[in-house]
Amino acid sequence: MKADLQTLEKTASQIRRDIVRMVHGCQSGHPGGSLGCTDFFTALYFSVMNHDPKFNMDAVGEDIFFLSNGHISPVFYSTLAHAGYFDKAELATFRKLNARLQGHPTTHEHLPGIRIASGSLGQGLSVAIGAALAKKLNGDKSLVFTLHGDGEIQEGQIWEAAMFAPHNHVDNLISTIDVNGQQIDGPTKQVLSLGDLRAKWEAFGWDVLDMKGNDMADVVRVLEEAKSRTGQGKPIMILMHTEMGYGVDFMVGSHKWHGVAPNDEQLKLALDQLEETLGDY
Amino acid sequence: MKKYTYTDKKDTRSGFGAGLLEAGQKNDQVVALCADLIGSLKMNDFIKAFPERFVQVGIAEANMIGIAAGMTIGGKIPFTGTFANFSTGRVYDQIRQSVAYSNKNVKICASHAGLTLGEDGATHQILEDIGLMKMLPGMTVINTCDYNQTKAATIAIADYDGPVYLRFGRPVVPIFTDPDQKFEIGKAWMVNEGADVSIFATGHLVWQAILAGEILAEQGIDAEIINIHTIKPLDEEAVLKSVAKTGCVVTAEEHNRLGGLGDSIAQVLAVHNPSPQEYVAVNDSFGESGTPEQLMTKYGLDAEHIVAAVKKVIERKNKKG
Repeated sequence: MKADLQTLEKTASQIRRDIVRMVHGCQSGHPGGSLGCTDFFTALYFSVMNHDPKFNMDAVGEDIFFLSNGHISPVFYSTLAHAGYFDKAELATFRKLNARLQGHPTTHEHLPGIRIASGSLGQGLSVAIGAALAKKLNGDKSLVFTLHGDGEIQEGQIWEAAMFAPHNHVDNLISTIDVNGQQIDGPTKQVLSLGDLRAKWEAFGWDVLDMKGNDMADVVRVLEEAKSRTGQGKPIMILMHTEMGYGVDFMVGSHKWHGVAPNDEQLKLALDQLEETLGDY
Repeated sequence: MKKYTYTDKKDTRSGFGAGLLEAGQKNDQVVALCADLIGSLKMNDFIKAFPERFVQVGIAEANMIGIAAGMTIGGKIPFTGTFANFSTGRVYDQIRQSVAYSNKNVKICASHAGLTLGEDGATHQILEDIGLMKMLPGMTVINTCDYNQTKAATIAIADYDGPVYLRFGRPVVPIFTDPDQKFEIGKAWMVNEGADVSIFATGHLVWQAILAGEILAEQGIDAEIINIHTIKPLDEEAVLKSVAKTGCVVTAEEHNRLGGLGDSIAQVLAVHNPSPQEYVAVNDSFGESGTPEQLMTKYGLDAEHIVAAVKKVIERKNKKG
């Protein structure tokens, strides 16, 4: 299950190709955050998590991942397809009528790999806590992972969950925030400052780690470090520092590519920068 | 008119508490969550019996709904408990996305529904919750009428796979249903067979409908009284069968007239058998402070108002001829 760094890099390159092609194919969707989080998804599904692509909703004995910022569905779908949850060809149906690959992830269409609907922000941390509590009740030692956008944590429910997890020693939970400093209306510093994230989460009682989110070696290292810190009474929060749009030079670091699709010319420019390693869908 | 008597009175929320304990004893997957209202929701017996299967979330209802949704992954059957207002309006989007759209097996159990919450006033007296919940695809909506029915419903929903909204209340009311009843989700209960009018009642208004039926019987009006405890899915067959016989309808509920039981019945009749209908419900307003009895009288939710509505609707039926 554990892929080496080179294989992970190759997989990430293909997933990035899939992302821009999927978003181009339906002329909608969210490439920026998807590209920024590709290394994280790749490391999680091809190295860190113990999971079974045969997919069982209850995931007894398996690690679980919840995507709370559901708009970065392209990276999630491509990762699941490459991990064997469903056929890669289905990526071409993204956001199209009668597709299982809805704009935002949902269980409603029974797409393997999805355990909760997300899109309306701020809900995934609570859900993950619930799944983690169920694992504890079931005597299941496996772990629960989440991902959140940094803009997303402006939602109040995140802080309800942030208070709950340490109080209840939910220490089988590894959450990650994609700290790219961007949201739809501009940089988070302009829209609504997040302040000192480490100090905030530590004050709530979380064990906080930093990660270079676009450095595959660091992503794997920090996720493994996080795993080694589970079971010690505290939930774990990884502050994952990424660049929105990473991998495509004209998309990098700008909120303008949060939810905009490339045109034909931009698609070509983007694909020229991303090696086709595993075959396009 | 079939005779209904009672020897005891209890609050429906105590029926929930007793049902929750029994559901927990029957099935070890049943878990309970509460947002700082253990006493009000009568959850103490469950917590005492199964402390490890109870989650206190504090005053954080959105988090509670999300945690409940997550606990279903792994096979748990979560029952959330708080007041009806905080169970629905406050957390509508959480229920919509994480429970209903995600089809999670969460039981949203809501006490202190409607005006009979009493003195706390309109901030706490939600009269829109049935409408909010029944509009969610896949959500089952139940509003029980007494202690025994609430207990039976609580046990029944644990055995049903899917999201449920269970609505009950605070005041002490007569216990008139069978203590050994089998609660069938989606199946109307024939309280009294009659020929002149169909009274469809839910929740605390069922007892008022029985009192109204007795008054009407003395005046020579033969009322059919049907308890619709499950507002969704609605027992359309029972509704249509009754109205085919009686030709007119009164609906009675502790809810806004917009979006409640009355509208569900009206929709069925509009399509299949348009018939004169009168609503006994709150007339699109908020509540206010007062005793439950004072409020039910002031807002027209008692036997007297049901009797008046029956007379009016029969007159309309006769005019229609």
